Amino acid sequence: MSDLKLNRSDVMKKIMAVRNNALVITGLGSPVWDLAASDHRPDNFYSWGGMGCAISMGLGCALAQSDKKVWVITGDGEALMGLGSLATVAAQRPSNLAVIVLDNEHYGETGMQRTHTSHGTDIAAIASGAGIQTTMTVNNPETLEGLTTALTSGLLPMVAVIKVAAGKPNLILPSRDGVYIKNQFRQAVLGATEAMHSS
Amino acid sequence: MPDAWTAEAHRLFKEFNIKTVGYVPDAGLTDLINSCEADNDINAVVMTTEEEGIGLSAGAWLGGDKSAVLMQSSGVGNTVNAIASIITSCQFPLFMIVTMRGQYGESNPWQIPMGQAVAPVLKSLGVHVFEVETDKEAAEAIEAGLKMAFVSNAAVAVLIGQKLIGAKSFIADVAEEVTHV
Repeated sequence: MSDLKLNRSDVMKKIMAVRNNALVITGLGSPVWDLAASDHRPDNFYSWGGMGCAISMGLGCALAQSDKKVWVITGDGEALMGLGSLATVAAQRPSNLAVIVLDNEHYGETGMQRTHTSHGTDIAAIASGAGIQTTMTVNNPETLEGLTTALTSGLLPMVAVIKVAAGKPNLILPSRDGVYIKNQFRQAVLGATEAMHSS
Repeated sequence: MPDAWTAEAHRLFKEFNIKTVGYVPDAGLTDLINSCEADNDINAVVMTTEEEGIGLSAGAWLGGDKSAVLMQSSGVGNTVNAIASIITSCQFPLFMIVTMRGQYGESNPWQIPMGQAVAPVLKSLGVHVFEVETDKEAAEAIEAGLKMAFVSNAAVAVLIGQKLIGAKSFIADVAEEVTHV
């Protein structure tokens, strides 16, 4: 089994093929375009800011929507800024939360500077050390198959780090209007009446 | 017996259907944290940094739940970008209770600068700030703040003043014996 860096567009297509009714919250940057390109729908929450908060947003949503799966799809730079939230997830043990880190070892939005993961930092090992029992590193087609199986039927919470190639993406941009993105997500999850008149 | 304002805060959390309470501990929050942890209908979430509480609150709202975030005044400094970028940009509701240090009778000089900065910093981010110094004021402000946050979709912080929670001589409280060198 050779280790290689996967193509993020191919990875997203494979993951989204097993999404079913999972709610998805992204970190800022490339995961936004990745998700918009692969599975644009109302129950996507696209983050355009708040770096370091994607995992804690996912936790809040997972606790509120315990009957549905919640996936956080984020990048290595964003995850590195909120590492403490992995310990918080471990303490809560939400059985419906998966954190998927698309790790290209670079800060894609600021000029492709190297992140800590290019210097040896292992986010899956940090998640494991934080107390999250299911962690995996995906760096070839076989382990990607393992991830899609785990997302469908594996034990959650889970943190999966997918090693992807760095490169210029095709930009598929969703709305940047945070109020719209929030309300659209709530309407999709809660229905129009509850979304606008919270009980 | 818990503090009077604490018992009222917990009662109001129930009345307003608060389901998630994120917190970083503070001495002045001990009773409220304990009552939330003991409540099976509340997800009490201990966090590594106050910034997580802002993400947690926004995520809970996305999933249809109301939440509260508890922290000490110094922790407000850790929430700034998350409040500006997530809460204010997306007009998420936010309800925070902040127990103050660095105010009335503070004995740790390192607490004073951030304590003094809390209200102006939060106001600059668009958060409505209610400063209280008695049990009665605290209970009224928590009720008003919960209503404003979750009915009017606003960001609200209730600052529990050091005059109410007491300016403890914190070292003497946790040590058997104190020696200065």
